Parts: sequence; C-alpha cells; structure tokens
Amino acid sequence: MFGRGRKIAPYLFISPFFIGYAIFFLYPVIQSLQLSFYRQVGLTNPPRFIGFDNYVRLVTKDDLFIKALTNTTYYALGSILIIVPLALLLALILHSPRLRFREFFRFLYFTPNITAGVVVGIVFGLVFEEQYGLINNLLLAPLGIDNVRWLREARWIMPAVILLGAWKWTGINAIYFMVGLQNIPPELNEAARVDGATRWQVFWHVTLPLLRPILAFVLTIAIIGSYNLFAEPAILVGLEGGPNNSGMTMTMYLYTRGFRELKMGYASAIGYSLAVIILVLSVIQLVLIRAFRED
Amino acid sequence: MRLALSRPSDSAERKSLAMKLLEVTIVYAILFFFALLVGIPFLYMFTGSFKTNGQLFSWPVNLLASEPTLNNYERLLSGEEIPYLQQMGNSVIIAVSQSALTLLFASMVGWGFAKYEFRGKTFLTIFLLFTFTIPFQVTLVPLFQMIVRLGLLDSFLGVILPSSVSAFGAFFMRQAMVSIPQELLDAGRIDGASEWGLFWRIGIPLSRGALSILSVLVFLTAWNDYLWPLIVLRTPEKFTYPVGLATLNGLYKVEYGMILGGAFIATLPIVLIFFAGRNQILDNLTIGAVKQ
Repeated sequence: MFGRGRKIAPYLFISPFFIGYAIFFLYPVIQSLQLSFYRQVGLTNPPRFIGFDNYVRLVTKDDLFIKALTNTTYYALGSILIIVPLALLLALILHSPRLRFREFFRFLYFTPNITAGVVVGIVFGLVFEEQYGLINNLLLAPLGIDNVRWLREARWIMPAVILLGAWKWTGINAIYFMVGLQNIPPELNEAARVDGATRWQVFWHVTLPLLRPILAFVLTIAIIGSYNLFAEPAILVGLEGGPNNSGMTMTMYLYTRGFRELKMGYASAIGYSLAVIILVLSVIQLVLIRAFRED
Repeated sequence: MRLALSRPSDSAERKSLAMKLLEVTIVYAILFFFALLVGIPFLYMFTGSFKTNGQLFSWPVNLLASEPTLNNYERLLSGEEIPYLQQMGNSVIIAVSQSALTLLFASMVGWGFAKYEFRGKTFLTIFLLFTFTIPFQVTLVPLFQMIVRLGLLDSFLGVILPSSVSAFGAFFMRQAMVSIPQELLDAGRIDGASEWGLFWRIGIPLSRGALSILSVLVFLTAWNDYLWPLIVLRTPEKFTYPVGLATLNGLYKVEYGMILGGAFIATLPIVLIFFAGRNQILDNLTIGAVKQ
C-alpha cells in the first residue's frame, strides 16, 4: 500500500490521524459553534435559529452559569495559590543533592494524580465527613478546631474541593518544577554563592526567574485543569453541586444542561464560553509572566 | 560549600554542624509530613474496604481495620448491586483498545512529520498547535449527536473512537521519532525496503520507549475517565468501573465499605503498572512541553 513512493508516503502516514481528527474533533468544533446560535432541546426536535440569544441569556439572565463560573474561578485561584508554592517547596527539597529515598517520595507524591477522579471523590467524601471524617478528627480536632461542615454548608464546599485538588495535583507539579530545576546549570548557583549571595537571594534572583517557563506551563495546565474539573465535585456533592450549587463547576453545568436537560444549543454556547474564558485567562497569564520579567 | 581560608573556631564549626542537622531534620520532617498527607487517604481506602458501615462511621477514627471483614468484597464481586467485575472488564477492553488505536494513529502521523518533507507540513503543524488550545468541552454536544446518529450510543466503540485521535500523542511521537538517524532509513531504502517497511521495522522498534510511555499515559486517561463514558454508556452491563462506582455512591443506602473495595481494586493495578514504569514516565512527563 505504501509502495516505494516517497512522495505519497507521508500523506498515507498522516491521513488516518487527520481523518479521525477531522471527524471527531474539527467537525464537532465547527458544528458546536453553529449549534450555539440555535435553540434545540432534545435529539429529534428541529433546531431553531436564535442568533446570540443563548450567549445573551448566559451572561445576563443565567445565575447558575455565573455561579458555576465563580465557583470554577474560585477553585482555579485557590488551588493555584496552594499548589504552586507547595510544589515549588517540594521540588526544591527533592532536588537537593544527597537526599535519600528521593525516588520513593517522588513516586508517592505522584500517585494521587493517577487515581481516578471518581475514586478520589469517593475517598474524600469520607475525608471531609462532618462527624467521622479524617480532616475534622485527625487534623482539626488536635488543634482545638470544631467540626467544619465541609460538604453540607455552601461556603465550605469549594474550600473542600480546593484541598482535594491540592492533594491530587501538588505532586505532579512538583515534578514539573524538578524538571525546571534540573535544567538550571549548577554553575549559576555556585557563582552566585561565591559572590556572597545568601541562599534566599540565590533562590529569589537566580532560580525563580529561570523557572519562569515552567511556571507558565504549570499555570496553563492548572487553568485548563480547573475548567475541566468534573468527576471529583460531582461525586463529592452531586451533579447539582450540593447546597446552593456551591460545588457546581463549569463542566458540571455544561453536563447538566446538555446531557440531562438535552439543551443542545445552550450547552454548546456554554462550551464556547468556556473556550473563550480559557483563552483569555491563558493570555493574561502569559502577559503577567512576561511583565514580571521586565522588573 | 567552599573551603574557608582561615580555620573557623571550634564553636562556629559546632554551630554549623548543628544547623545542618536541624536542616536535615526539617527537610525529612516536611517530606514525611507530606507523605502522610498523600498516603493516609489511600490507607483509609484500603482498610475501609474491610469495614462495615458501622465501623466506618464510628468514633474515634480508626485508620486500620480492627475486625476486618471480607463481606464487602464478597457482595461487590457477587454482583448483587452492580455487575462490578464485568464493569472492570469493560474498562479493560475500552482502555486497551483506546491505547492501541491511539498508538497506531499517533506513531504513523508522528513518523510522517518526523521523517518526511511534504507540502502543507508547516501549515498542518501550526494548525494542530492552534487547535490544541480548544478545550474538549466544546465538542461534547456534537460528538454526542454524532454517536447517537451512528447508532453507537451505549456501545464501547462510541466511547473509544472519539478519544483515539490524540494531538498530544501525535506531537509526542514526532518528538520521539525525529531523532532516529536518517542514515538508517537511507540504508534501508538501498536494501529495497518499502516506506511502510521502514516505519514498521526501524521507526517502531527504535521508539519503543516513547511508545510504552504514551501507552501508559493513554491507558491511565482512558481507565480513569468518567465524563465521556457517563454520556455514552446507558446500561449497567456496559458501564466502565467509574460509572459503576458512581451509581453505587448515589444509591439511597450508601454502602461505603463496598464502594471503597471497588475503588481499591480498580486503583491497585494502575498503581502497580505505574510503579513498574515510574522512572521512565516521571522523567519524561514534560516531553514536548518544556524541553527545548
């Protein structure tokens, strides 16, 4: 089938992928854009063109959409603020020479990341349980803190999901930072030390600036991951997001509108809003990282 | 540490030794503390699977199982609530087929991009990178409609096919294959090998490392996926294990010991697979993303 023709061979090699990509990715991407301008409820009802109505409704009338957006943003910011410093700390420690059991710790810290979201959600349902849960009994009770109603009180749901996210994602981010640290030539640190810089100064003025590309990568992955969040909160507090929909994320919202209520056009508009938000956030993040380089 | 020119006094030396000891202690304390934070939920999942609901919800909290019972596993595996063994089998079939298809498509397209010059190559590369930024949620509704129209609702194919074309996999394999020396291919051509033969006999064997990493990553993703199987699969006999576990979790009377048992036996194999390939995978996590 590939003969000896070096001219057509590359096209034969790439075509299975690109045919599949066109059918299962590009076509749906375009179809979804079109659908987002239609009202279609159910699979068999004919779609009706309504222009920008879906988008207008999302932004001006749909409190639940705004809620899901707020929750997801809350999760993104909260988890980044916890994960990035912790991951950096762990990476610096794991990177230090003469550390024993390095492989063991690296492996252990990574395991939450390969655990299914559903499994994590189930286990953390017990971790956050009000009366008998691990956090309230093992972490907070010894500090004299009363039981927190993690999954039953609206304001505590997102903090619980953020802690779950930190548990799941800190390890892999530490490994990303370790890769970044390995790429920094050790001579740089040594030179700075010889010049009399303290360790803290070396970290702040040499290591951190050089980690910027990794930081950009980590933040991008974190933002995308936040907006993909689905299984964990869905298991933890249910697909409606628990009390006051406080655990409802964007992807959960898209799922309930699209696949429970079968509002095809509306769910497509949610999907596209999500794409725009992720794009904007990624650009902002890149600009910020670049701005820090200037000072 | 540099050698000091003047000999430090004894007390300074002792102080720095004490400082070092303190530092080492702090470092290991931090590592150990985080190891506990990471490990305890796993331990609790394991021991909890041997407990009754009464033992799970009792005070004080017991991280171990004082009177372990196998009842949860017996009831889970007998299929009295859900056909869990079958659901795990479904997950195996889906994850294996998805890995095989992804690997085939990705290695072929990666080979095409790594080893040939052709019209449209630059355009396709940029195009692929650009579409990389589009989140998958955008595609969910039309994909679902397509699956329904093709009659693939509630079928494994409906789960597998849309997930088998991975742009990430394509880039990953291209990165791995680009370093295969051109001389090998030239020599192969002189010996009369076909272009397919070069791919199959040189390209594939020489990128075994990358293929094994990619297969583990794809397998893990497919094994753990919840959203898409939840959308496509409709009957308990077709469910993958995460969808099955979620239904158990939503029952009126939630049997946590049983669910933890299901969670544990679904997690153990991937942790073992991952343990076997840990260094190769962890060292190459950022291929294509951060390298360069």
